[in-house]
Amino acid sequence: MDNLLRIANGEAIPRSRIPRLDFGRFLRTVTDLVRCNGYVVQFFAYEETERTILLAVLRTSDLFVVETEVDHEFPSLTLMGGSKFNLFEREIAEQYGIRPAGHPWLKMVRYHANQTGRPDVFGNDYRIDIPGSYDYFRVEGEAIHEVGVGPVHAGIIEPGHFRFQCAGETVLHLEIQLGYQHRGIERMLTEVAHKRVPVLCEAIAGDTAIGHSLCCAQAIEALAGIEVEIGARTVRTIALELERIANHIGDLGALSGDVAFNPPAAYFGRIRGEFLNLLLTLCGNRFGKGLVRPGGVTQPMTGEQRAIIFAKLSELRPEIEHVCDLLFSAHTVLARFEYTGTVSRKVADQLGLVGYCGRASGLEYDVREFFPSERYADLPGNTNRLTTGDVLSRATVRREEIMHSLDLIDILLSEPEQPHQAATMAERRLAPDRFVVTLNEGWRGEVSHCLLTDSGGKVIRHKVKDPSFHNWTGLAMALRNQEISDFPLCNKSFNLSYCGFDL
Amino acid sequence: MYKILLNRLEQGCRTTKYPARPIELYSRFRGLPVINRQCDLEVVRRCADGCPQDAVLVEERRIDLGRCIFCGACARVEDGAFVRFSQDFAMGAASREDLMTDGSLPALATHSKRHFKRLFGRSLQLRQVSAGGCNACEADTNVLNTPFFDLSRFGIDFVASPRHADGIHVTGPITRNMTTALLDTYAAVPSPKVVIASGSCAISGGPFHGSGEIVGDLATLLPVDLYIPGCPPHPLTTLSALLAYFKD
Repeated sequence: MDNLLRIANGEAIPRSRIPRLDFGRFLRTVTDLVRCNGYVVQFFAYEETERTILLAVLRTSDLFVVETEVDHEFPSLTLMGGSKFNLFEREIAEQYGIRPAGHPWLKMVRYHANQTGRPDVFGNDYRIDIPGSYDYFRVEGEAIHEVGVGPVHAGIIEPGHFRFQCAGETVLHLEIQLGYQHRGIERMLTEVAHKRVPVLCEAIAGDTAIGHSLCCAQAIEALAGIEVEIGARTVRTIALELERIANHIGDLGALSGDVAFNPPAAYFGRIRGEFLNLLLTLCGNRFGKGLVRPGGVTQPMTGEQRAIIFAKLSELRPEIEHVCDLLFSAHTVLARFEYTGTVSRKVADQLGLVGYCGRASGLEYDVREFFPSERYADLPGNTNRLTTGDVLSRATVRREEIMHSLDLIDILLSEPEQPHQAATMAERRLAPDRFVVTLNEGWRGEVSHCLLTDSGGKVIRHKVKDPSFHNWTGLAMALRNQEISDFPLCNKSFNLSYCGFDL
Repeated sequence: MYKILLNRLEQGCRTTKYPARPIELYSRFRGLPVINRQCDLEVVRRCADGCPQDAVLVEERRIDLGRCIFCGACARVEDGAFVRFSQDFAMGAASREDLMTDGSLPALATHSKRHFKRLFGRSLQLRQVSAGGCNACEADTNVLNTPFFDLSRFGIDFVASPRHADGIHVTGPITRNMTTALLDTYAAVPSPKVVIASGSCAISGGPFHGSGEIVGDLATLLPVDLYIPGCPPHPLTTLSALLAYFKD
């Protein structure tokens, strides 16, 4: 642990304090920690004066940072330290053209040319604009058949490709190839004018607009030394919880629809909209876009909005309880939810699943409790009763989180009104040579942004991580030995972000 | 069964009476802008400086709704001296030029492609293509299928196969990695077919304008018939545009 620097969530530190180890020590330090109950929060490359640096942010019950310098190749951490490094290393290879030598499954992540001009690690020809034109892992055998789905799916959903290897109805292996939504966000974040940065962060994943814009705002506030008023922090906390409730309720409805139990699907579909309308009440946009800005919120919450939210929650709470009871006591629903798409605690731990996917498998990690930001230090935590790792437990965790979030908003609204000013968008001078990492418990789990500034205070790297980056592999594992007809149900129980992953 | 009935009674009928009766959105909602055409150019310039989308056309004193994400930054300059946002959600347009608004929009129902009303006015099947973006547009399009909006009552449905569709409804800035898939989907729709660009991303690249990984403007790839601005468009913006364009 001596080689690691302990840091706090959302605290800007001089980059000179980050321990820079030689690669051998870096590899031992990082993989040792991850083997002893440690998890990877961020692991990425950045360039400074012709040198390529790998930086890792790790967590146990504390947050740590460490970095090392590499050339165009380095021994794979996935090989030595396990699956938690898998996607991060492939991302490094894709973005910077450096090879994690010995990586057990070195394939592209989002299918785009690297930004350094080095030869492509994967040997792809990017003139062909289809990420899925790739030699998938194949199971051979006379009885084996393959099913390909996407990128354009049957419903109104994001693009992605799923390739199933099946024996009869049973899925032996599912490979997920994303990247269809790759918009080049990380690169844009360091190149565009400051005024565009919060807008871009809100568009990383629209259903997590609050989660990502909060991470971004907290990072810029730390780098610019801006204090945020408690009233604004309260609004941001309420907004994050409204976002969580809206998404969880929508997904419980969709899960119900996927097992052909229509009443809760219809009711929750409508109730989800009520919560989006509460975000609109706060800021004029149903997804909370335009609300969070460095320095606070653009529109203060006054007595009028407080009264609307309070009245609406009082009206909806019993409805939610009743529809949940209807859903979770229907035998036909339970028969489909139970023992479907199980991810054991061991597998969840190996992959480092976060959010409700992790908690449903027994990984008790919630950023709101471990590394609280905004108002969470003043608020009670949540516990989950059912941690069997199947669809039922993921649905139950969501149900528990909805009720918990309703309580949190009630607590915050019962406080006396905290008048606060609107945040104004101004050019901020950021502290030079600083590093900051921010984490928030978005509705899917740990959202994290990491910013590095150069000697002139310019952001040279803005690394974004959506919780889906950890969890997509969990969905692939959940499908092992399941019936292929259960894929929609399993998929919805995870409900991961394609665009949050694709960036 | 008992619980189903109890819930059914508690929920009642929630479908909106719109469009037969008007529907009010909360005062913070930002719809069609109200523009002060006499505003001092210096104030307009400050609005343009603060606009993350470069959507303020200074000399013309107009706002490009195809680029605008309705963040409201311009309305906070000089307390809305140049622009304020009304709660009017009906913002669909039949041409890109119409979106460069001085605060008014041409009546969408009187667009030039009258044959679409005859062909699709009683039954419109759309294939939605998500071509990048942030999924907010898709989410607020999906909402039209909830009981509150109940899109099917207008004879409008989103279908799974492009072969069953009368047109495509495109969201997202058309990433490089989705371009071929989008064009393939369009080609699979039988003619005559409509193309709808929904959300600032599909119209102008939205928050991602300038990225090398996107096409950014659907109209450079396909002939767009209907533009629906917003980030994302409010479900009522989409609904009102579909009704005005195909039915009125």
